[in-house]
Amino acid sequence: MNLEKVVFGFFIVLAATLNFGFFIGDIGRPDYHNVYELFAAIVVNMIATVLKFGDRTQIGAVHLATSLVADLQLLAAAITWAMAVHVTGAGMTPEVTASVVSLSGGALFANVVSVVMLIAETVMLRR
Amino acid sequence: MDSIFFLVLRRMRVPLIVLIVIYGVSILGLTLVPGITPEGHRAPPLSFFHAFYFISYTATTIGFGEIPTAFSDGQRLWVAICIYLTVVGWSYSILTLLALLQDRLFQKTLIASRFARRVRRMRSPFYLVCGCGETGSLIFKSLDRLGRSFVVIERDEQRVQELDLEDFKTDAPTLAADASLPSNLLRAGLAHPSCLGVLAVTDNEEANLAVTVAANLLNPAIPVIARARSPLIATNMRAFGTSHVIDPFDRFAEYLSLAVAAPERYHLIEILTGLPGSPLPEEHRPPGGHWIVCGYGRFGKAIVHHLAPTGIDLTVIDPESHGPEELVTVKGLGTESATLVAAGIARAMGIVAGSDNDVNNLAIAVTAKQLNEDLFVVVRQNQSASGVLFEKFEADFTMVQSRIVAQECIAILTTPLLAGFLGQVRKADEAWCRDLSRRLESVSGGAVPLVWGITLNPTEGLAVYHRLQHGKETSLGTLLRDNADRQNRLPAVVLMVRRQAREIALPEDDFALQPEDQILLASRSLARRSFELNCRNAKALHYVCTGQEQPSGWLWQRLFPEP
Repeated sequence: MNLEKVVFGFFIVLAATLNFGFFIGDIGRPDYHNVYELFAAIVVNMIATVLKFGDRTQIGAVHLATSLVADLQLLAAAITWAMAVHVTGAGMTPEVTASVVSLSGGALFANVVSVVMLIAETVMLRR
Repeated sequence: MDSIFFLVLRRMRVPLIVLIVIYGVSILGLTLVPGITPEGHRAPPLSFFHAFYFISYTATTIGFGEIPTAFSDGQRLWVAICIYLTVVGWSYSILTLLALLQDRLFQKTLIASRFARRVRRMRSPFYLVCGCGETGSLIFKSLDRLGRSFVVIERDEQRVQELDLEDFKTDAPTLAADASLPSNLLRAGLAHPSCLGVLAVTDNEEANLAVTVAANLLNPAIPVIARARSPLIATNMRAFGTSHVIDPFDRFAEYLSLAVAAPERYHLIEILTGLPGSPLPEEHRPPGGHWIVCGYGRFGKAIVHHLAPTGIDLTVIDPESHGPEELVTVKGLGTESATLVAAGIARAMGIVAGSDNDVNNLAIAVTAKQLNEDLFVVVRQNQSASGVLFEKFEADFTMVQSRIVAQECIAILTTPLLAGFLGQVRKADEAWCRDLSRRLESVSGGAVPLVWGITLNPTEGLAVYHRLQHGKETSLGTLLRDNADRQNRLPAVVLMVRRQAREIALPEDDFALQPEDQILLASRSLARRSFELNCRNAKALHYVCTGQEQPSGWLWQRLFPEP
């Protein structure tokens, strides 16, 4: 067992699960989507991105790309949230909640691609 | 560039993760610890946005005074922890980055990739020179003076740094790497479309051979010039199709025998192949008769091989007495007078001090000169560092290896026409050679003249090419007029004109030119520029042909049309 692989897999799957946890639930209801979960998803996603740095293989490059996409989407969601709550003062209306959650939905898709690639890589190795 | 980027990313992985975790923990903590209102009531904790803002300016030690509201003691406790955490995190990241920049491996990668990029972007044609020892340095100086670009590979890092300090007009990319590795040669532009030729002049025979092999296999189209001291390596190089192999010992011995047999011809060759700008070579007139050769190594063998056929009677002095069978051999170094007397110094006309030790060579020369005042002394100088001593001694003839190799490299590389002319010189008689030497000395102004070629084609001489295409007869003498005042003749000697396969040596001034003629000249660089202007610039050409300034504006041309 390779500790590096364990850590790598752990963070990628954790990023996807946290993202999923935030995303699931009625899209317009703010009480179904906890902001702490969004925060955790962002932090774990960033760690997963850095873990993918420095791999020069083709699959490593695509891994990094998907992570960067997820980061971008989640950061966009966080900025939308901060704008609504603190800058414009609109609060978590159903519209704002829907846009934050749908942005995180995009990130979830990227994370799923990441997980699929992780599985594909493992299957390829057959060990 | 790519590899550097990935290297940085790879090495920065741990510090970046540490930083993210510290930020995450700090922000999370701040959103959990309750705050306090100005009235002293319990207030909700900071939101994520405020927490992120606060940590951002605290962590980077920017330390804005602004905080959303005054903190509760619980928040202060947490912030105190955060400050230490984040400072440690940032310091760690920055120190890692600095350590990476200091890293030798990293710097090597950086320098190598910068070098490769510079070579890739080279537009002007260049030569690839492997090795910058004494020979290499002489070659660079001459190439630089001629305004040619070059790329340098040298094994010794210190030498490369010294080269950076030297004063060159062109800024040559230099790489400290082993030239015998093909990957380094490729990085230095061996397969680059503008690469004109490869010079293998490192002080290592094996490395020179490796360079020639790699160059002939990876880019067979370009010429390779290599130095080889042993015949075995030279044969090997020729087998791989090396265009020119220079053996400095053999070449010097050949020159020495030429100087004995035909001094005028030798002097002429020396002027033509000398490094441009260096002082004119003195005339050497080694006498015939009895000679002593000290040291029978590779150099001594070459000397005996070339001097014996000129009718010189030779005696060899060798520490191991490994002389040739047909000659008299005396055992000894040659530094003691006893051996010299035994070798017949009293009746000798010349001596060759040719061991591989500079001090011994000087000692031989001095002792011999004391024993026989009128001796013609030939010394071999191995290292340029001993140059001062050799200058002081003033031998009749000093053999400097690096100089011989550099001269020949430059002569071959810069003017391919010269090889043809030298072929004619070898067939010429002494009087012809003496006259030409005098003419060259008169135009050179005390220094070795530039020997250069020009082709009357659209790229090198557009104006004269058009004129000849229109059937207007133009003689060589016309082009040799000064475009500042056509009464004056440019101080240049036309050595040869090549028309297709025909080579006309020393053409007269009334020689009628034709398009695509190749002309070989010798002059100083000022006259060269003037001649090139005559060939290229229509107005300058018009003036030297007719003596009239050509009207250049449209109106003027209409008013005073050309007859």
